[in-house]
Amino acid sequence: MITAIEPTQVRTPAPVPTSGPAPVAAAAKPEPVRIACRNVDFYYGDFHGLKSINLDFRDRQVTALIGPSGCGKSTLLRTFNRIYSLYPEQRATGEIILDGRNILAASTDVNELRSRVGMVFQKPTPFPMSIYDNVAFGIRLNQRIGRAEMDVRVEEALRKAALWTEVKDKLRQSGMGLSGGQQQRLCIARTIAQKPEVILLDEPTSALDPISTGKVEELIDQLKSEFTIVIVTHNMQQAARISQYTAFMYLGEVIEFGPTNQIFMTPTKKQTHDYVTGRFG
Amino acid sequence: MSAAVTEQVMHLSDTAPAARRSHAVFDRSFRVLCMLSAATVLLVLIGILGSIVYGGWPAFREFGFWGFLTGSRWNVAQEVFGAWPAVAGTLLCALIALVIGVPISLGIAIFLTQLSPKWLKGPIATAVELLAAVPSIIFGMWGLFVFAPLVSQYMQVPLNSVVEGVPIVGTILYSAVPSGTGIFTAGVILALMIIPFIASITRDMLDQIPSILRESAYGMGCTTWEVVRHVLVPQTAVALVGAVMLGLGRALGETMAVTFVVGNANRLSASLLDPGSTIASRIANEYNEAGDLQLSALMALGCILFIVTFSVLIVARLLVARIGKQ
Repeated sequence: MITAIEPTQVRTPAPVPTSGPAPVAAAAKPEPVRIACRNVDFYYGDFHGLKSINLDFRDRQVTALIGPSGCGKSTLLRTFNRIYSLYPEQRATGEIILDGRNILAASTDVNELRSRVGMVFQKPTPFPMSIYDNVAFGIRLNQRIGRAEMDVRVEEALRKAALWTEVKDKLRQSGMGLSGGQQQRLCIARTIAQKPEVILLDEPTSALDPISTGKVEELIDQLKSEFTIVIVTHNMQQAARISQYTAFMYLGEVIEFGPTNQIFMTPTKKQTHDYVTGRFG
Repeated sequence: MSAAVTEQVMHLSDTAPAARRSHAVFDRSFRVLCMLSAATVLLVLIGILGSIVYGGWPAFREFGFWGFLTGSRWNVAQEVFGAWPAVAGTLLCALIALVIGVPISLGIAIFLTQLSPKWLKGPIATAVELLAAVPSIIFGMWGLFVFAPLVSQYMQVPLNSVVEGVPIVGTILYSAVPSGTGIFTAGVILALMIIPFIASITRDMLDQIPSILRESAYGMGCTTWEVVRHVLVPQTAVALVGAVMLGLGRALGETMAVTFVVGNANRLSASLLDPGSTIASRIANEYNEAGDLQLSALMALGCILFIVTFSVLIVARLLVARIGKQ
């Protein structure tokens, strides 16, 4: 069951993540902005869920959204692929700029947007089909490619999701038969097979055991070389381990945003300090 | 702890032996009553099956089982009875009902669970339930006095002028008697009657699908159709088969409404738009004034209806088991 993934890097136990020697250095040479939020407000009916959010998400970096339950971190994540628009009573105003276009505009083709902004959810959600078809599913939505090429794309995605060695002999079996951790990596494989620009992770390890969680975290760290990643997490250690930037949210507002080590080591706001040290939340 | 429990049990049996004994008597009779209730089902089923086989026996003896099943003449005067027109009519009506009813039911269920704005959900769901509560006699009357004339005027007459003489299509769709009643009309009415059942079961099933699965399908960039086709329907396949089979069971046995609109012809026509009959409608029509052998033939027809509905049940079970395994 526990197949070791090639240890491409040793995870450090310290809460300080990999890149950026100091907050000053990270601020001096920031990566280009991939997603820019400008005065984003969000409403569930009459409830004002997000209040004038202004945030920049850096290209090919992991940005963590942390904060107590109900602070709006998942809500913010769900604006980036407009998944909230499945529910008529939910609406967002302001601008979210992706590739120079405001994705909140009514003219946005949400199906096309969602193929560029993939999402992985709190619980594994394999579709009722084989492992192969789960991964091929997203590709087939947008492209007609031949069998041989599809095989290559599926294998590539499964390898990137660190799942290939575990499933290569049972690609025709149902995805529902895998363990929870494998199912979640299958969902990640399904998402990256579409070659999105951005991957949204909504508490992706909250339903997983510690070993599966470790694998998924390791995977996220590898994926950031190719994708811009935004992760919502309740687990502060996880945010500290895998993200380069962290936004602390509270009651629908961004309290503090900056390089992860700065947020965790030298937060400027008292609320942030209290939250990351476990005093509330 | 176990010592304490033992002590407590001993304490009970010491102080209240009479109460315990009456408890035991009560409990035994309770169990027997439950068993009897369950046995009633078996007894009734066996009793009905036995009596219709017994009643139909003379007809089966006269024409042979296959002879009766496949015989296409039903002539009361000559006392020649064959079941085939009624059997075929039953199957055709049910098939038409499914072909029309299942897609509409799916559409209703999908609209209610995936697309409908909240304020519209309640009214439509209630309307579906009310449709299920309409007595079949009402469907029959409405079918005969309202729907059949419409079929005649706007479908059969115009269609006749188009398809007359065309091979195959002309045979299936030309109506020799454009009265509006017939196999097709009965099928449509049956469709209306089974839609509420299939729709509400399917809706319940779709409602039970976790919204996270639906969101992740939409999150891949799926259109509504793709989500329904590739994720929601396969996810509920088992329940869907069950719902369709329940509708089919109802369609096969429905009597009153069908008797009104099927046309009650004794001969089997090649055209779907011509009058025909179903097993149930034939029995309802002729039971009152049937002679001995005719009565037996009607019993035998009932027997065949039994077999058909049982087969449907068995096929449904097998399908569900197969899908469940995949």
